Amino acid sequence: MCLGIPGQVVEITDAAGHLAKVDVSGVQRTISIRLLADQGVAPDDWVLVHVGFAMSLIDQHEADLTMAAIKQMGQAYSDELEAFEATAIV
Amino acid sequence: MKFVDEFRDPAAARALVSSIRDLAKDDEFKFMEVCGGHTHTIYRHGIEHLLPANVELVHGPGCPVCVIPMGRVDDAMWLAEKPDVIFTSFGDMMRVPGSRGSLLEAKARGADVRFVYSPLDSLRIATENPDKHVVFFAVGFETTAPSTAVTLVRAKELGVTNFSVFCNHVTIVPPLKAILDSPDLRLDGFLGPGHVSTVVGNRPYRFVTEVYGKPIVVAGFEPLDILAAVHMLLAQIREGRREVENQYSRVVPEEGNPQALALLGEVFELRPHFEWRGLGFISQSALKLNDAYAEFDAEMRFDMPGIRVADPKACQCGEVLKGVIKPWECKVFGTACTPETPIGTCMVSPEGACAAYYNFGRLHRETAVLIGMPSAPSVGAAASAR
Ligand code: SF4
Repeated sequence: MCLGIPGQVVEITDAAGHLAKVDVSGVQRTISIRLLADQGVAPDDWVLVHVGFAMSLIDQHEADLTMAAIKQMGQAYSDELEAFEATAIV
Repeated sequence: MKFVDEFRDPAAARALVSSIRDLAKDDEFKFMEVCGGHTHTIYRHGIEHLLPANVELVHGPGCPVCVIPMGRVDDAMWLAEKPDVIFTSFGDMMRVPGSRGSLLEAKARGADVRFVYSPLDSLRIATENPDKHVVFFAVGFETTAPSTAVTLVRAKELGVTNFSVFCNHVTIVPPLKAILDSPDLRLDGFLGPGHVSTVVGNRPYRFVTEVYGKPIVVAGFEPLDILAAVHMLLAQIREGRREVENQYSRVVPEEGNPQALALLGEVFELRPHFEWRGLGFISQSALKLNDAYAEFDAEMRFDMPGIRVADPKACQCGEVLKGVIKPWECKVFGTACTPETPIGTCMVSPEGACAAYYNFGRLHRETAVLIGMPSAPSVGAAASAR
């Protein structure tokens, strides 16, 4: 749950509701970007996703780094990705 | 992936280790890594064996699953077993043992317990099941608390009335104070938590330097991040500085996330006190829903028993969480208590020290003993240190 997974913003799906579609390892799901509402999140940006929320804007460098680190976690990574695949907030 | 390689560069690691050795000289240092994510990296990469024997890393209380006391799990089970309740939880919490088993076992007995990725998933389940009441089991430090806050704001906006939160959010500073005040342990500094700090920033840690005169360095999760942070701690001490430094500035902004902090303030207030596994009651260490959100507070909505149970006798999670003992020094480690049949919480979450050590650390330690590396305590030494 404390794992942040890097995702790339595909599109802002609901600006008023602060929702965006992000891509994590090829899986696309809707998350909330409300916690970064004042940071002008836009398509192609990388964000660190915690429990369905973008928690911080990161650059691609950090995204690669984080992804490599959590892939090494094996089971924890596949559990997190499986959980992300199951999310359906809207 | 060249960026990744840069953070795994063996030459850079060797250079850091050798200057850590130079700085440490022959003095003994004990640094606590607060965050379970760091514990995981340390065991995953055998970092304890890279460090000189006189620089020791001890694990702290920063694994949110690990610090939930048994009574709160029993309360969760009580809620989950109510007819007409759909109980939702993060996967990690489902296997945590209460005194009558885990949520997973409650589910097997027929309770409607569902695992969710996000509190927003729980909210959606509520809108889809208007004839049921949906409870979200909220756990976590400041990393996850803002997510619960946004979900509650959203629930209010949507006018959802069949949704509530069983709030167990905790805050990072009070347990640090408790550990600094405890006579059990003499620490020389802290590796500060990375992701919590993206929300709270660096300011809340100033008391560590100002009141307790210890350095603290907020650190990232790569092996080199950990080594760099240890190096920064030693450099501070040798230069006579005691500061809050940020090794992880590529992710952690100095002032944190003001938006998230504002949302926390809008929805939560501090509890007068909260029980932590192994650490006992710590005042103002946890969050509850404030009056404006009382209608969404499962503890107000249901006549909850508020169960209090002592930790199982064999369980030494408290000592592990305070860094007083290492996982392998617990009497039931790896025998009665394993990730498959956990007795304590530290064996459940991948961020728990016992699970991390069980999964990775044992092998590093065995290798280190085999090649006679100085930082590897022999089994006999570990036992006599008890
Ligand atoms: S081995 Fe099990 S009981 Fe002992 S401290 Fe670790 S999790 Fe707790």
